[in-house]
Formats: sequence, structure tokens, C-alpha cells
Amino acid sequence: MTHAAERRVEATARVAPATVTRHRRPDWLAPLARHALLVGVAAVFLLPFYWMVMSGLKSNGQIFARPLQWWPDPVVWDNIGRTIGSQYFPYFRLLGNSAFYAGGVTLGTVLSCAAVGYGFARLRFPGRDVLFAITLATLMIPPIVTFIPTYVLFAQLKLTGGYVPLILPAFFGNAFFIFMMRQFFLNIPGDLSDAARIDGAGEYRIFFQIMLPLVRPALMVVAVFSLLYTWHEFFQPLIYLQDRAQFPLSLGLYAFRSQRTAEWASIMVGSFLTTLPLIVVFLFTQRYFLRGIATTGLKG
Amino acid sequence: MATIAQRRPAPSPLRRQETRAGLVFILPWLIGLLVFTAYPTIATFYLSLTDYNIVQPPSWTGLDNYRTMFFEDPAFWTAVRNSAAYSLVSVPLKLVVAFGLALLLNMGVRGIGLYRTIFYLPALVPPVAATIVFILLFSAQGGPISAVLGGLGLRAPDWFNDPTWSKPALILLGIWPLGVETLAFLAGLKEVPQDLLDASAVDGAGGWQKLRHVVLPLISPVILFNLVIGVIYSFQVFTQALIIGGQNGEPLESTLMFVVLIYRNAFRYFSMGYAAALSVVLFVAVLLLTLLIFKTSRSWVHYEGGLR
Repeated sequence: MTHAAERRVEATARVAPATVTRHRRPDWLAPLARHALLVGVAAVFLLPFYWMVMSGLKSNGQIFARPLQWWPDPVVWDNIGRTIGSQYFPYFRLLGNSAFYAGGVTLGTVLSCAAVGYGFARLRFPGRDVLFAITLATLMIPPIVTFIPTYVLFAQLKLTGGYVPLILPAFFGNAFFIFMMRQFFLNIPGDLSDAARIDGAGEYRIFFQIMLPLVRPALMVVAVFSLLYTWHEFFQPLIYLQDRAQFPLSLGLYAFRSQRTAEWASIMVGSFLTTLPLIVVFLFTQRYFLRGIATTGLKG
Repeated sequence: MATIAQRRPAPSPLRRQETRAGLVFILPWLIGLLVFTAYPTIATFYLSLTDYNIVQPPSWTGLDNYRTMFFEDPAFWTAVRNSAAYSLVSVPLKLVVAFGLALLLNMGVRGIGLYRTIFYLPALVPPVAATIVFILLFSAQGGPISAVLGGLGLRAPDWFNDPTWSKPALILLGIWPLGVETLAFLAGLKEVPQDLLDASAVDGAGGWQKLRHVVLPLISPVILFNLVIGVIYSFQVFTQALIIGGQNGEPLESTLMFVVLIYRNAFRYFSMGYAAALSVVLFVAVLLLTLLIFKTSRSWVHYEGGLR
């Protein structure tokens, strides 16, 4: 073993090679400082959550009381029932609409993007690479640029005022998720489909029976992000929907606040209830979120 | 392998079958690309040269919309300034804080799973809910932020009601969900080979030098990606700005962002032609910025063995 290699092994063996100590500091100091910093930052990030929940459990008077109530005194549990029962925020109806909207978009996105991503990743046909380059380039088009003519198109077909313009386009793919699916399909060894082809399996059977089961985690990644984006969507429902009975949660919450500006406690309960389903989904599917971010390096 | 290839029947029917299957698989996107991307993009350019209110057919006006925009509509320049200021501050701020957090999380802290979850949580909150919560959080009457600042002896501004402070508060609202970028950076940092760090330590590199000469170059593709996405998205901020400032960008047009201006013209005034012209300007601006970033990236982004 050379001298340098020896030293390198020694360096790797040390717990924290970064702190080749000049002045000897106690071992526990750096981790403690790191934790203190992280706890401080985490507290700042959690403050809006905390305030949302606490304010939801106060009366409107308590919310604006001086000195500030960091803990509601008394706790007004009543707010929850009153908000859900309010005609201005028909929670279960809004929840059902959001579930329908997000479910439809997610179904369309997963189906179309799996098929298209597979086509781009594993099948050879003329013009494929050019078309894929164009697909990536479309990511740079701000959605608002294509929005006005799309709206006009749906308006002329008399399809505004319902969910068709909000859900239908998802069945025709989404550049970002196609890119994501392609990445996943590229990671599957090619021998597998070649073997199946030699055994006489058709392209569609290879896709449905061999490939799709293999990329099930990837389908989940696309599904959870599609669900998240659609649940957050505000602009399109705002433009396309007029009937309150059709609103998804985000738009319903916006309408609620516009009408009952002063009812801060109920508005906070509504905000929490709009977020809650996503937190529940996230708790069960966290690994797919993390995986999605890690594989593409971005954007939630 | 060679024997199998020889025993295969002539490749052309198989290849033809593959071509047909390939086209079937991408067919949905082919339609989507034409109907929902190519056609509307071209149509936006066309509509930008017309006067159009949906009810009557578009009437050709040439470059009138652009002339109005540049020379007669002060709201245009206000929105340009607002959006530029918002992007210029929020994009770098978000990346720097996210990167710092990722470095911190990458130092082998215990309980990293919990921190990861906490930093990601804000990204789950729908923008409508987040904005409404921030309005209360920053309110001068009942907000904890003003109370804390007051407790420290500082006079807190009335953030969202003060034209000087509404944009900073809007920026803070925009960087709240930076956990996504943090996790992306963290995933990138995990890829930095430990032997490289060890080798540089042996060569006498301190923490800062390692960061500057080993970690940053290796992670620069992730930085580039998040920078480009951040710029593209920051110019499209809409929901937060509309809820805070309404279509007029209250207070005093300080939150009148570019997309709010487009929305106002298209769906409040039904000046679809003018709104289309505004969209074209946004498109060109984002495109130029992206190209500019890609062009400069050659000098600071490091690819090892090409793109992965």
C-alpha cells in the first residue's frame, strides 16, 4: 500500500474527515450546532402550519387579540363543524369535485405518459429523436401562451362550464411526465424485450405484460405528482368553471374567502381541510415523492 | 448473440412492426402536441395581431397591440418591473437557501428523515391555502410575525397592505415550498463520490475549498436545471399575486404580476388579442432568458462524461 493510499483509508475511516482539527473542538459541538440550526429553520418552516391550525381553533376575536394567543384559550372546536356545515364552504362536495378532477387527470396522465414514454424509450421509428427533442423544447413554453386559444377552442365547442377542458387534455400526454417515464423505461435492460420478441410476443403484449409491471413504482411517481399538481391547480378551474357546485377545493376556498372575508377562523379551518387530503396521501406515498425528485432533480 | 441475429428472419418485417407499434404508442402525444401545443402557440401569435373579443371574429390590426403595450399602457411596464423584480430576488434566494439546507442535511445528521419531511411539507399546501395563511401570518393586527418583530423592538410593516413590503412578503411566500429544491440538491449531493472529497482533504483542502472546487462543479447540472425551471416558473406566478392583490395588484399595483395582467385583459376585459400579444412577449422573454442561461452555463456547468 502506498503512503498516499494509506492516508486516504485513514481519512475515510475517520467519522468526519471534514474537520481535520486545528484547534481541538469537542466532538459533540458540531452536530449540536447543526441540529440547533436545523431545528430553528424547521420551526420557521412549520410556523405557517402551526398558525393555520391554531387560528382555526380560535374565535375571530381571539385571532386578533392582544397580546397574541400562541395557544387558543379557550379552544373553539366548534369551528370545524361550523365550517364543514357552512353553505359557503360545502366541504364534502368540494372534496368530491377535487377527487374527481385529480383522479381524472391522474388517470389520463399515467395512461398516456406510460405509453408515450415507452414509445420514445424502447421502440425505434423514423423521426423519433427529433420528436423527443421537440417534446423537451415545449417545456419552455409558458402554459399561459397556449391557454388563450385553447380556451377559445373549448368555448366554441360549448365545453366550458364543466370538467371536459380540465381533464381531457391529460389523456394526450404531458411533456414533463413523458420525459420522466422515458427515463424509467430506459433503465430496464433491453435483453428482456428482445427475448420476448424472439419468443414471438407482440409489441403490445410486451408493453402490457412485461414492461408495465416492471415500472409500477414509476407509474406511482407520475400518479402522485399529477395528483399533487391537479389538487393545487387554481387558474384553469377559475377560468373554466362558473357553477359553485362544480368547484374543486382550491377554488372553493378562494370563493369562500372572497365572500366571508372576516371569518378568519373558518377560513383557516377551510385551508387546513384543503391541505389535509394531500398530507394523508403524502404520508403513505412519501417514497414515491422522494424518488420522483431524486430521479429528475426537480420541482413539485 | 451473433448466432441469434443470423437465425432471425430478415429484419424488415420485424422492424416495420416496431415502427408501427412505436407510432401507436406515441399517437396520443402526437395529437396532444398538435392540438394542445402547436396549434395554440401559433394561434396566440396570430391573435396577437388582431382585435378579438371572442364574440366577434378576430379583426386584423397588425402591430397595434404591441404599439399599445410598449407606448400607451403603463400597466405593461409596471407588470414587467414587478415580475422582473420578483424573479431576480426569489429565484437566487430560493436556490441559495435550498442549497444551504441540503448541505446541512448532508452532513450526516441524525433524524434526517424527519427533517426531510418537515422541509417538504410546505410544498404540499395548495397555493390558495398557503397564500391565505400568509395573509394572516403577516397581518399587522393578528400576525405572529409582526408580534415577534414588535417584541424585538422593531416596527413591523403592514406587509401585504404596504406597497414597499408587499413584494418581499410575496417572495417569502414563494420560497416557502423550497423543500423540493432542497431534496433535489440533497439527491445530487449524495452522488458526490466520497473518495473525491477524501482525496481533496488529503491534499489539504478545507471545507470551503472542497465546496468550491469539488462539490459545486459536480452538482452544477442540478443547479442549472433548477435555475432554468425556477426562472420559467417565477415569471408565471399568478395564484398568490391574484389572491393578495386582486386583478389590480393592490396595494398600488405593487403585486401586479405579468400573468395577472394577461388574465385581466383576457378574462376580465375580454381583450383576447391584446392578452395574446402580452403572452407572446412573455414567451419571447422566457425563451431569451433560458437561452442566455444555457449559453453562460457552458462556463460554469461541469458535465462528467456527458449528460446522464
